[in-house]
Amino acid sequence: MTFRHATIEKNVILLMVLTLITVSIGGLVQIIPLFAVESTIERVEGVRPYSPLELAGRNIYIREGCYVCHSQQVRSFRDEAERYGHYSLAAESMYDHPFQWGSKRTGPDLARVGGKYSNEWHVAHLVDPRGVVPESIMPPYGFLLNRTLRAGDIADHLRTNRAVGVPYTDEMVAAAALDLRMQADPEADTTALLQRYPKAVVGDFDGDPRRLTEMDALVAYLQMLGTLVKFSDYTLKDLQQ
Amino acid sequence: MSAITAMDGVAGPAPQDLPARAAFRPVEDVVRAFVVATMFWGVAAFAAGVFIALQLAFPILNLDLEWTTFGRLRPLHTSAAIFAFGGNALLGTSIHVVQRTCRARLFGGDLMGWFLFWGYQLFIVLAATGYLMGITQSKEYAEPEWYVDLWLTIVWVAYLLAYLGTIMRREEPHIYVANWFYLAFIVTIAMLHIVNNLAVPVSFTGTKSYILFSGVQDAMVQWWYGHNAVGFFLTAGFLGMMYYFIPKQADRPVYSYRLSIVHFWSLIFLYIWAGPHHLHYTALPDWAQTLGMTFSIMLWMPSWGGMINGLMTLSGAWDKLRTDPALRFSVTAVAFYGMSTFEGPVMSIKPVNALSHYTDWTIGHVHSGALGWVAFIVFGAVYYLVPVLWKRPQLYSTRLVSWHFWIATLGIVLYITAMWVSGIMQGLMWRAYDELGFLQYAFVETVAAMHPFYLIRALGGVCFLVGSFIMIYNLWMTVRQPVAVAAQPAAAE
Repeated sequence: MTFRHATIEKNVILLMVLTLITVSIGGLVQIIPLFAVESTIERVEGVRPYSPLELAGRNIYIREGCYVCHSQQVRSFRDEAERYGHYSLAAESMYDHPFQWGSKRTGPDLARVGGKYSNEWHVAHLVDPRGVVPESIMPPYGFLLNRTLRAGDIADHLRTNRAVGVPYTDEMVAAAALDLRMQADPEADTTALLQRYPKAVVGDFDGDPRRLTEMDALVAYLQMLGTLVKFSDYTLKDLQQ
Repeated sequence: MSAITAMDGVAGPAPQDLPARAAFRPVEDVVRAFVVATMFWGVAAFAAGVFIALQLAFPILNLDLEWTTFGRLRPLHTSAAIFAFGGNALLGTSIHVVQRTCRARLFGGDLMGWFLFWGYQLFIVLAATGYLMGITQSKEYAEPEWYVDLWLTIVWVAYLLAYLGTIMRREEPHIYVANWFYLAFIVTIAMLHIVNNLAVPVSFTGTKSYILFSGVQDAMVQWWYGHNAVGFFLTAGFLGMMYYFIPKQADRPVYSYRLSIVHFWSLIFLYIWAGPHHLHYTALPDWAQTLGMTFSIMLWMPSWGGMINGLMTLSGAWDKLRTDPALRFSVTAVAFYGMSTFEGPVMSIKPVNALSHYTDWTIGHVHSGALGWVAFIVFGAVYYLVPVLWKRPQLYSTRLVSWHFWIATLGIVLYITAMWVSGIMQGLMWRAYDELGFLQYAFVETVAAMHPFYLIRALGGVCFLVGSFIMIYNLWMTVRQPVAVAAQPAAAE
């Protein structure tokens, strides 16, 4: 019996099933191995789940659509390495649900912005971008400074992250609400917090230590971006996927 | 009717509105509502686009309010263009086409039709209000949060059932080629939508959720979705439109039945692999990047095969371009399709992508597709459909269609040339070194250099928006004309 395309044209279920098979193949081949092949994510030390305050800040970053204009993915080029720092590793976003690599640089890449500017600079820049960088076209975000951070459910956020695979411990979940406040409180004893979240930037961020604002959270997030992996410990060969 | 027989001698591929029988009453009120919604959301999308284009030129237009920043309005613009304007056009035309080419009433009748219509509008409103309030998953073109995603899934499954059910009731043994493309669009979008939006909500009374995948895997899933939102929403669906409306407008059969078959299967097979070209030189493993690039280049062939099939359908009817400016929209759309499906594979080549990625070149490429292909094929279809659906003898004014055509084309040309120049310029400035071996430009200098091009782009957008107002006026005046005597003005049978 010879094949005739007319057979497919006369049977809509056959047409649909063959279509579904045809469109499934590419995705299966490209996506499944990323979960199965171990070398997809480089083995490096230092990458940890976000502290509660950083996670809250990251959610503000997402809410405001920062990813629309800022990438978080340094490509492996000389000019990008000089402008932004070491190229981005897959490991560095392994706890990012969802990823924030972005697709457009209307503004500069932020993958390694952590520690490059002071907290005061970030606050001034977010409140009035053109007051700091006259040519900037970034929208102003002064309202973050006046708004108390509402994160009463932060422990639920950690639990949900754990449900999708981020290794938050019971201890981290239990201490979440406290950690959230302590990270932005210059008076607080942050020893335990820093054990849970090494390299977290602590202290007042928004210039008003009495209030925990959305600005505190966002700047805490920005200040840790790209700072977790100590690249001097690795050679390029160690980082091969 | 001669148009029934294809060029290569196999019967079937020409769209025939089969002769109406007493028993066949297509659902038409719903299609009319979709046409109105298409034009309404079209203007909203174009206006939002012009506004955010001006924000990039004049940041004061962010208005110092949280709801009107570029970060929140940009998803509003992209979703309005793709899902509200494009989506309403796809749902409306697909319901029209499937009923006409199967000589079968929509499965589920008026009730199903109105559920799809209002269900889809509710999805749009839920998504849009969310964006303004900052409720977003931050996955591009999949920004709506979990509750909106669930609602769309329900509407989409109903759409699939309605479509399949209608085809099953057909009186014509062959399923017409336009329906293959519409069906592939519906099925594949369902698959992409569900997988890419897998998420766990923080609470069932709140809006926030966390996506199931993370980092590099999430990036791959997102661009598998993202590129195939282009491939199946903005391409396969609109190719369905092309395969019905161009033969109808030209009153000619589809150029080649065999090419339709090759076009269909190769396009849907190859497109799904192209996602990784959005992730060149990133932390995505090289093998995946190379696969993505290879298939993106291969994709050029079926894309042009489809373009040839669309354009050559005008064989023997090219003179109609002089007299029918609505057909001019459809044909120019296919030409833009050819141009952007050539540009796309070029940009997917890694060394080219090294320059183009993260710049406005990508934005220009998207708009040559979205304005030139998607919007133009919709305009052509709507200009054809309105007299048919409202049973008016012809459009109020072909002169106004012509005005719309030229002002919109001018707008696109301004837009894409400005973005080519600014995108390539910005890419070159980022990698420029001075004679001492230092980076020549600070990032902000490249931002400042964009300003004149952002102005030109906004002007292009204004032209396109003005054109859509001309169209709405023309359609409004058309509907206000007295009803035609013949009930089926376009049927030649």
